[in-house]
Amino acid sequence: MFAAALIVFREVLEAALVVSIILAATRGVSGRSAWIASGILGGVAGAALVASLTSYLASLFEGTGQDILNAVICFVAVVLIGWHVIWMNKHGKEIASELRRLGHNIKEGRSHLSMLAIVVGLAVMREGSEVVLMLEGLWSGSSTPLLLGSFLGLILGVAVGALIYAGFTFLPIGKLFRLTNGLLVMIAAGMAAHGANFLVQAGLISAHGRRIWDTSHILSDQDGLGQFLGALIGYIARPNGVEVLGYFLTITLIAGLIFWVNRPSQPLSNNRM
Amino acid sequence: MRAFFFLTVLMLCGSTAYAEDLPVFNLTLKNHAFVPPELTVPAGQKFKLILANEDPSAAEFESSDLDREKVVPAQGTITIFFDPLDPGIYNYFDDFHADQTTGKLIAK
Repeated sequence: MFAAALIVFREVLEAALVVSIILAATRGVSGRSAWIASGILGGVAGAALVASLTSYLASLFEGTGQDILNAVICFVAVVLIGWHVIWMNKHGKEIASELRRLGHNIKEGRSHLSMLAIVVGLAVMREGSEVVLMLEGLWSGSSTPLLLGSFLGLILGVAVGALIYAGFTFLPIGKLFRLTNGLLVMIAAGMAAHGANFLVQAGLISAHGRRIWDTSHILSDQDGLGQFLGALIGYIARPNGVEVLGYFLTITLIAGLIFWVNRPSQPLSNNRM
Repeated sequence: MRAFFFLTVLMLCGSTAYAEDLPVFNLTLKNHAFVPPELTVPAGQKFKLILANEDPSAAEFESSDLDREKVVPAQGTITIFFDPLDPGIYNYFDDFHADQTTGKLIAK
């Protein structure tokens, strides 16, 4: 029972982390809870779908279909998260009022929130499909402790996510958005690293160097704090070349785009008195 | 940004071969155990591993040593590619049954 609880907890927490950060990053935007909730539901449905299609996916692309799908999911999430962060920075000066405006500006608000809903859905789908498959595997044993353990893991994962969100709400909105932007950039960078490794796993690209550094003796990324940091900032204890490249390239690219978008030659946006 | 990533992937693709003529090694999952429990592969050479899951439930081949994480469906087969390894012992396990299903890859 505890094995099931632990596995479900870990996976749920990874998804809950992304959800909490995005919830915090959209504080004050009306209607965002509905969008994010539908993202979660979509992710759950997607997870069940992916789990049921596993055999088919595995056989695609000469046995690497799953890796290709995971890589695509990662890179799509990177693009969407990056877009959000760049947008937030561009409109950063009067963030709180801007977001309220966003909530009321139906067209722009809807497309932005739908993007974030997709990010949430992808995170839930990725973690969820692993949970579904693992639970299917354990089902062959007695199912009551399995169900209890999974439920426990789910509750705990959601609870920790909620605690993290609650922690965010103590921050004033300006600081909060700076923090969530920073975290989201690192989450995107971590996803780019993972996406790159899926391509390596599929034999599409070479890793270009193993173990660029090895901090596994300081902090292992397999469990505990190291794994949490892995989900939060994309920490990898023994990264290969493309993981390091993907990570720092993403940060550089997003930061670069933020600077470019905010370059001084832009006309000032409408003066709000 | 999407175009950028696509181009980067293409560039990196160009620097390696999606080879059909790599050495192939076979691993099987049966009764929640890896067969063979220790697999010897040549060091310093790319290779591919074909993992067949003969159990009625899905498993996940995972290894921090090897930087790999992939689900293999029940009664399914997957292919995992590996870059050249330094000589040594690399541990892997089935993440869905982490305590009971482990194996070693020995590169020499």
